Amino acid sequence: MIGEAYIWAIFLLPLGSFAAISLIIGPFFKRWPLLSGLALILPLAVAVGLSVWVLRSVALGHDLEFASYEWLDVGAATIELGLLTDQLTAIMLIVVTGVSLAVQVYSLGYMRGDNGYSRYFAYMSLFTASMVGLVLSANIIQLYVFWELVGASSYLLIGFWHERPAAAAAAKKAFIVTRIGDVGFLIAILYLFFKADDFAAAGLNAFHIPDIWLAAQPLAIGGAGILGGMALTWFALGIFAGAAGKSGQFPLHSWLPDAMEGPTPVSALIHAATMVAAGVFLVARFYPVFQQTGDALAIIALVGAFTAFMAATMGLVNNDIKRVMAYSTISQLGYMMAGLGVGAYGPAIFHLFTHASFKALLFLGAGSVNHATGTFDMRYMGGLRRVMPWTYLLTVIGGLSLVGIIPLAGFWSKDEILVGVWTGAGLVEPRVGQVTFGLLLAGVVLTGFYTFRMIHRTFHGEFRGGVDKEMEERDKPEQDGAGHGGGVHLAESPVVMVAPMIVLGLAAVVSGYLANPQWDKEIGIQGHWINEFLLEGLEHSVPELAGHFEVHDFSRWMAVISTGAAVGGLAVAGLLYGLLRAGSKEPPWVIRPVHTLLTHKYYVDALYEGVVVRRGFYRAFAGAIDWLDRNVVDAAVDSLGWISRTAGAAIGRMQTGQVQVYGSFVLLGTLAIILAFYLTWKI
Amino acid sequence: MVSGFTGLLTAAVFLPAAGAMVILLLGRGDRSIRTFAVLVALADMVVALLVFALFDQGAGADRFQFVDRFSWIPGETLRASYFMGVDGLSAPLVALTGIIGFCAVLGSWRVNHRVKEYFFWLLVLQTAVMGVFATLDLLLFFLFWELELVPMYMLISIWGSGRKEYSAMKFLIFTLLGSAFMLVAIVAVFVTPELGTFDMVELSTQGSLLAAGAVLLPLSVLFWLFFANFAVKLPSWPVHTWLPDAHTDAPTAASVMLAGVMLKMGGYGLLRINVGMFPGEADRFAWALVILGAISVLYGAVVTLRQTDLKRLIAYSSVSHMGLVLIGVGSIGISEGVLTATGLKGAAMQLFTHGTITGLLFLGVGLVYEKAHTRYIPDLGGLAGRMPFVAAAMLIAGLASLGLPGLSGFVSELLVFLGGFKAYPWPTAAAVLGIILAAGYILWMMERAFFGPKRERFADLTDASLVERVPLALLVVTIVGVGVYPAVLTDVFASGLDPIVTLLPGSG
Repeated sequence: MIGEAYIWAIFLLPLGSFAAISLIIGPFFKRWPLLSGLALILPLAVAVGLSVWVLRSVALGHDLEFASYEWLDVGAATIELGLLTDQLTAIMLIVVTGVSLAVQVYSLGYMRGDNGYSRYFAYMSLFTASMVGLVLSANIIQLYVFWELVGASSYLLIGFWHERPAAAAAAKKAFIVTRIGDVGFLIAILYLFFKADDFAAAGLNAFHIPDIWLAAQPLAIGGAGILGGMALTWFALGIFAGAAGKSGQFPLHSWLPDAMEGPTPVSALIHAATMVAAGVFLVARFYPVFQQTGDALAIIALVGAFTAFMAATMGLVNNDIKRVMAYSTISQLGYMMAGLGVGAYGPAIFHLFTHASFKALLFLGAGSVNHATGTFDMRYMGGLRRVMPWTYLLTVIGGLSLVGIIPLAGFWSKDEILVGVWTGAGLVEPRVGQVTFGLLLAGVVLTGFYTFRMIHRTFHGEFRGGVDKEMEERDKPEQDGAGHGGGVHLAESPVVMVAPMIVLGLAAVVSGYLANPQWDKEIGIQGHWINEFLLEGLEHSVPELAGHFEVHDFSRWMAVISTGAAVGGLAVAGLLYGLLRAGSKEPPWVIRPVHTLLTHKYYVDALYEGVVVRRGFYRAFAGAIDWLDRNVVDAAVDSLGWISRTAGAAIGRMQTGQVQVYGSFVLLGTLAIILAFYLTWKI
Repeated sequence: MVSGFTGLLTAAVFLPAAGAMVILLLGRGDRSIRTFAVLVALADMVVALLVFALFDQGAGADRFQFVDRFSWIPGETLRASYFMGVDGLSAPLVALTGIIGFCAVLGSWRVNHRVKEYFFWLLVLQTAVMGVFATLDLLLFFLFWELELVPMYMLISIWGSGRKEYSAMKFLIFTLLGSAFMLVAIVAVFVTPELGTFDMVELSTQGSLLAAGAVLLPLSVLFWLFFANFAVKLPSWPVHTWLPDAHTDAPTAASVMLAGVMLKMGGYGLLRINVGMFPGEADRFAWALVILGAISVLYGAVVTLRQTDLKRLIAYSSVSHMGLVLIGVGSIGISEGVLTATGLKGAAMQLFTHGTITGLLFLGVGLVYEKAHTRYIPDLGGLAGRMPFVAAAMLIAGLASLGLPGLSGFVSELLVFLGGFKAYPWPTAAAVLGIILAAGYILWMMERAFFGPKRERFADLTDASLVERVPLALLVVTIVGVGVYPAVLTDVFASGLDPIVTLLPGSG
C-alpha cells in the first residue's frame, strides 16, 4: 500500500521543480538552460512511477483515506487540504504525469535555443503541479484553487511568446472566457457555504467532496438530503458552467482554437490531454451529485453532443493544422461530456484516457511538422511523408485512432460511449439520448473527413514551400519569435522529439484494448477492466447508490455502424482531396455559403468580441458609465465646490469688521441655541 | 479599565515623526537625508512587525495588548487619555503600515526635488496613519485622522504631476467634509454626560451604555455620520471621485501610501466604530452596506476598463476592491443560521491584501513612469522585454489583484464572498461577476503595456535597479506568503473580530 507522503510527493515533486527553476536555475544558471529541463523531467519520472503505484494500490482495494489538514477555518465549514485517492484520481494521475513526461522530453528538442527556455520549464512545472493537485483534491475549495492555477499556467504558456500580439491576446481571451464559467463554479461553492449550517448539523463539512456527494442524496436512500430540488439542479449547473469553460464546451468554446498561439508542446499537454479534460473530470468528480438531477444531466448531454458536432464542422475547413486539431479536441471533449450526460460514466473517462494519448501524439506530430516547415498553415505543407517518415507514420496512427478505426485505442472508447448513449442508463429522457446519439454519430463522419484532409494536405502531394513561401505571399514582416525553428529545413525531427512520439504512438494503438478488453480473460486482464474499475469507484463513493450502472457488452452492430460512419467520412475526404484535388481549388458555389459560414466559425467570435464585448459592453455600456462618472458623479462634486466657494464669498461680505454687526449675530445665535434647547429637551 | 505602559506602540507611532524632526536638523546632503529616512522607515517596520509577531492571539490572552496609557485630559466630563493598544484587528494593520511605509520611503530613492521636506512629510504621514490604527482613544483617533491630511496635501501639491493643485485640493475638501461628519458624531458623544469618555474600548465593550445613554443624537444618525466619513475614505461609490485624481497626480510614494494604508483607515473605522460601537445599527443597515458594496465593485470595475492611464486604472480598481470591504462588513446581516466572523475577516483581510497588492502595483507603475516618462497605455507596449523584473512583479500583483489562488487577494475575496452570500445572496452573486471584469482590466492592461513587440522608443529602457527591486520583492514575498498560508493573518484577525461578533444580534 502506498503511503500518504508518497502521494503528496506526486504533487510536491513538480512544485519543487517550479521553485528550483524559477528561483535558482533561471536567475543564476542561465548558461546551462538544459538544467531547467532536467530539473523537471527527472522528478516527473519519479512522479510517474508513484502514480503507477497509486493505481496499483487502488486496484488492489487498499484503503487510501487520509486525514486532511486545515488550511483556513471559515466558521461553519473548513477549508482543508486533503487527498481523495479513488479510482478516478488514479486514472487521471497516470494521464497527467505520463503525458506531461512525454511532452517535457519532446520540449527539450522543440524549445531548443529559445530565449525563454528556463521560463518555459518553470511554467510547465507549475502547470503539472497544479494539475496533479487538482485531481488529488478532497476539498472543493482546494480543487478550485488548483483549478484556477491551471488556468493561470495556461495563461502564462499561451502567452509564452509575449512579444507576439496574437499570443498575448489569445492568453487573455483564454483566461477571461474560462473565468466566465468559473463564476458559476464559484457561486456553486458559495451556495454550499450558504447551507453550511445544515451540513454541520449532520456532522458534515460543506466543502469536503465526499460529504457533498452524501448531501446530494435524498434521505430515502440513506443520504443526507441537504441539497435537493431546483437548488440542486442549479448547483449542478453551476459546477457544469465551470467545467464547460475549461473544456471548451459551447458557448464557451471560442478560446481554445486561439490558445494554439502557445508553443505546440503546450497545446499537446494543456489544450489537448489534460487541462481541457479537467472539465470532464470535474463533472465526473461530482457525478454522485449529477446523478440526482436528470435535468442537469440532460443539459450536459445536449451541450456535449452539440459541441461534438459543431466543433467538428469547424474543423472541416480550417487551414491551420493546430486549429483543426483544436476543433477536434473540442469535439472529442463533447463526446466525453455527452457520455457523462447520459450516464455512460465509465466510457467517458475511458475516452478521456485514450484521447489523451492520441491527441497529444497528433499535436506533437504537428509540432514536428512545424519544426521542419516553420509554419502551421497546411496550404504551405504537403509531401512531407517522404522526408519525415516517422512523423508521418505516427500521425497516421494518431489520426486513425481519433477517427476510431479498429483496433486502435480510440475505436474502443468511442464505441463504448456510443453504446452507452444508445442504451442509456435511465437518467435522462430517451429522446435526449436519441438526439445525442444522432449528433455523435454524425460527428464520427466529420471526424473521418477532417482527419483525412489534415493528413493528406500535410503529408501527401507536393511540398508547397513552407514558411518562406508563406512570408513571401503574405508579404508580412517576420514576427519576433514566431518563425520558430527558423525557416524551412526539411528533415525528420531529432530523436529527443521522435522518441516521446513513439511512446505515445504505442499508447494510441494498444491502450484502448489493453485497458478495456471486450472479452473476458483473453489476455490476462479482466474484461472491461477500466470501466468496471471506474464504476467500482463511483459505487464506492456513495455506498447507498450501488447498482445504478452496468457495463455494456461489446456490440457488433454498433461497431459496424460507427466504423461505417468513420470510413464513410474518410472516403468522402479521400474522394475530394485525393481524386478531385479539392485542396488546390476554390470551393464550388453550391457549398460556398456553408464554407464561408464555417471558416468564420459561425460568426460566434465576431458576435462575442465585436458585437457583445467591444460594441455592446465596452463602447456602449462601459462608455456610458464612464461618461456618467465624469460628467454626473464627479461634476456634482465640482459644483458642490463651486457652491461653497460662492457661498464663502457671500459670507465673507458679511464680515464687515464692525463690532455692532458681530454683536447682533452673537445675540441671534444665542437665542437660536436657547430656543433649540427648549424645543428638544422640553425641560 | 485597560492600562499599562510598554512603549512598543508609542515607538511604532512616533519613530517616523521623531525621524522627521531629525531630518529637519540634518545638513543639505540629499544622500544622507535619503539614507537616514530609509533607516528610520526600516526601524519602524521592524518595530511594527515586532508588534505583530509578539501579539498573543491565544485564547487566554488579553484582547488589547501593548497598551500605553496615561491620563491626558483628566476630569469628570471629558476623560480623554493618551491610549495606545492593539487587538487582533489592528495589529496586522500596524504591521502593514510598517511594510508599506518602508516601501514608500525606499521607493522614493530617486526623488531629488526639495528632498528634505519630502522625506519630512512622508515620515509624518506614516506617524499619522500608524496612529489611527494604534490608538484607542476617540479624540486621539480624530486627531491622527486629521493630521494625515496635511502631509498628503503637501506631497500631492508639491511633488505631484499634472493637475496636482486641483487634485490635492479635491482630496483635502473631500476628506475634510467627511471628517466634519465624524466630528459632529464625536461631539455628540462628548456632550452626553452619561458617557463622558473617549475610551473606544469602553464605548464598544459597553455598547449597552452607548445604547442606553441619552445621546444627543439617535444612534442611527451617529452610525451614518461615522459611516459618511469612512465611506469617503474607503472610498465607496458615489463619493469616490477624489481618489482617481489624487492617485493620478500624486508622486509614487504618496500613491503607495494612499492606496496601501490610507484607504484602509476607512475600512478599519467601519469595523472598529460602525460595527464595534453600533452593533445594533450595523445589523439593521447591513443590507445598505452590501448594496453599496456591490455597486462599488461593479461600477468601479466597469469604469476601470475604460481607463487609459496606468495610475488611474489602478485607482479605479481600488474603488472596485474596496467595495468588497463593504460587502464583508455587511455580511453581518444574516437572517438565519449562526453568524460567524467569516465576512468580517474577509473585509479585514481585504484591507491587508489590497494594501500590499496595490502598493506593489503603484510601485511598478512608478518605475514605468520614471523610466518611460509616460503612463498613457496606448503609448506603452513591449515593456516585458525591456524590464522583465518589473513586468514579473506587475504580473504577480495583477494576478493577485484579480484573485488568483495562491496569492493573497484570493483569500480575502473568497472570505468576503462566502460571508456575503450567506447574508445577501443576490447582491453578492452580482458582485461575483466582478471577477470577470477584474480579469478583463488587469490582463488587458498587461497586454497593452507590457506585452507585444518591443518598441524602438524604449530601446534604452533599463530594468529596476537593486534598490528598486527590494520593495518590489518584499511585497511579492508578502503576497505569496499570505496567499499560501493565510492563517498567519486570519487567526489574528479572528481574535480581534470574534469579540465584536459576540455583540451582534445574529451571533449564537
